[in-house]
Amino acid sequence: MGEYLSREPIAVDALIAQAAAPDCGGTCVFLGTVRNGPEESGVAAIEYSAYDDMAEAELQRIVGDARERWPGARIALRHRLGHVAVGEPSIAIVAAAPHRAQAFEACRYVIEEVKRRLPVWKKEIRRDGSEVWVDPSGRPTVPPGLPDGRRPSDLPTHA
Amino acid sequence: MTVRFFARYAELVGREEAAVLLSLPATVADVVRRVREELPGARQLPERPLAAVNLKHVKLDAGVRDGDEVAFLPPVAGG
Repeated sequence: MGEYLSREPIAVDALIAQAAAPDCGGTCVFLGTVRNGPEESGVAAIEYSAYDDMAEAELQRIVGDARERWPGARIALRHRLGHVAVGEPSIAIVAAAPHRAQAFEACRYVIEEVKRRLPVWKKEIRRDGSEVWVDPSGRPTVPPGLPDGRRPSDLPTHA
Repeated sequence: MTVRFFARYAELVGREEAAVLLSLPATVADVVRRVREELPGARQLPERPLAAVNLKHVKLDAGVRDGDEVAFLPPVAGG
């Protein structure tokens, strides 16, 4: 597995250390965690799978895009694959930048692009033993700039 | 070329990979059509799935070449 995907629990401290730099005055950490809320039906865990090679390449492109947009930003990221229990982080994004606004913006950009582009899928493992693929949209999402009339803002966002 | 299926699509088709022969020039849409015709279970795939060629998202009218890795992707759900 490459730089960004991992089957092990995410070490957030290590990611923060990886993004840290003396010229960064603001660091924003986003954790996406497996949820079992009122919208779910008794979720015990999520099994994450990916098109591994493409997901690594896509994450490299997303992080590269963010570094271009916010040149002072330093970004560290891990996405988990395999079995992730309710409450555990499935993704951690750390964005450090000279000033807080850039750190918040870069961090937000990365998670939104992950939601839109990353070839990762989740199967809910429910407490009753059933397993269900999660379809966040009910339709295929589209990569950037595809001329079918939809814009990124039309796509669903699931945190 | 190699066609790869993931997640729910792999379950529908009953496999994760297939070799497809097409006369060129051809597009990703041609690959979708061929796969839906030839592979049992693949008719349940959407006619216009999200697709990738050589690890990049593409439109269905993108061209394909010998040796390409074409992938059909269910709606993505990362994060």
